[in-house]
Amino acid sequence: MCNTCGCNVTAGNRHLIFTPPKPKATNTAVSVLSNLLKHNNEQAERNRATFDAQGVLVINLMSSPGSGKTALLEATIRNLKHKLKMAVIEGDLETENDADRIRAQGVPAYQITTGTACHLDAHLIEGALPQLDLAAIDLLFIENVGNLVCPASFDLGHHRNVTLLSVTEGDDKPAKYPVMFRAADLMLISKTDLLPHLDDFSLEKAEHCQRALASQIPVLPLSSRSGDGLNAWLDWLQQEVSDHKLRVQQQQTIKPRVQQDGQNLHLNAAEVHFRPVTLA
Amino acid sequence: MHELSLCEDLLDQVKAIAETHHAEKVVSITVRIGPLSGVEPLLLDSAFSMACVGTVAELAELILENQPVRVVCNQCAIESEASANNLLCRSCGGFDTRLLSGDELILARVELEGVD
Repeated sequence: MCNTCGCNVTAGNRHLIFTPPKPKATNTAVSVLSNLLKHNNEQAERNRATFDAQGVLVINLMSSPGSGKTALLEATIRNLKHKLKMAVIEGDLETENDADRIRAQGVPAYQITTGTACHLDAHLIEGALPQLDLAAIDLLFIENVGNLVCPASFDLGHHRNVTLLSVTEGDDKPAKYPVMFRAADLMLISKTDLLPHLDDFSLEKAEHCQRALASQIPVLPLSSRSGDGLNAWLDWLQQEVSDHKLRVQQQQTIKPRVQQDGQNLHLNAAEVHFRPVTLA
Repeated sequence: MHELSLCEDLLDQVKAIAETHHAEKVVSITVRIGPLSGVEPLLLDSAFSMACVGTVAELAELILENQPVRVVCNQCAIESEASANNLLCRSCGGFDTRLLSGDELILARVELEGVD
């Protein structure tokens, strides 16, 4: 897909771009193909460039409230703090509680309280950046607001989406919240230490629902409390950090799986596509 | 639940287009929206009716074009209709598919009045 040869022109959008001009009248229709999240996405690109300039890998953690995002971060920090330098941005509607839990592990944390907003966006992350010493870290976690709906639509300038599904929530969550789970680069099934107490959660069914979203991502069951399965997650993280350092050295970066496929087929770099079309 | 903030972004873009074309008012705004965009058309419509007040698009009609969910299979190359939570190939049942449409959230067209 490129902006020069016209290969981004598809059967779906050709009529918008090549509609023949008609004689002028008082009404004019302007054809545009521009993403409604344009402002957010532009800020996200600036955030990503800031992170990449310091070689920091940024991971966006998303899930329902109470599925164990903060507990996962505590366990991750305990296990990796001698190997990686980390920091955390916490998003919640209110309280400093989660940031306090992270600081207690000896890692810098910045709390964004969103008030009534149900998700973080790229501008909120930009506001948090001056509080973080990016040069001093390898890995930044953004713990998004607990919500399986809105956070999936907003690129924050991060590199990977990690979505948690705790076993107490039910194994059909990917089928119920396809936008969120389709955006995942890695799915963690958390709180597996509770599985013996639950007769209605099947790891196989949870993975099956995820695969039905045409998702080929790794699915890792783990328990932050018992430590079962944690090593696969820690290995994935360390691999991602070292992959990203190499990528940045080669002036490359990656984007999370947010709104890519079909959208990009119909979209280009905004305003260049303007073509005034007058109606008869 | 972020439809209102999306509307503000939408209106910013529409205002810029109206200014570029020296339009007096905006007659209609066409948005293409797919089920996998994460945005609910009905909520976008009601948010727009609030957000447009006092702007050049105050009297504009918001036209929402719902996009179908379609996938193409990377294995058998067949295109098929899909649903938001079942993106498997309808032909071979495989999950190695690519989305062709259904996650759009695109400002497609703006109709202006009073262009010189």
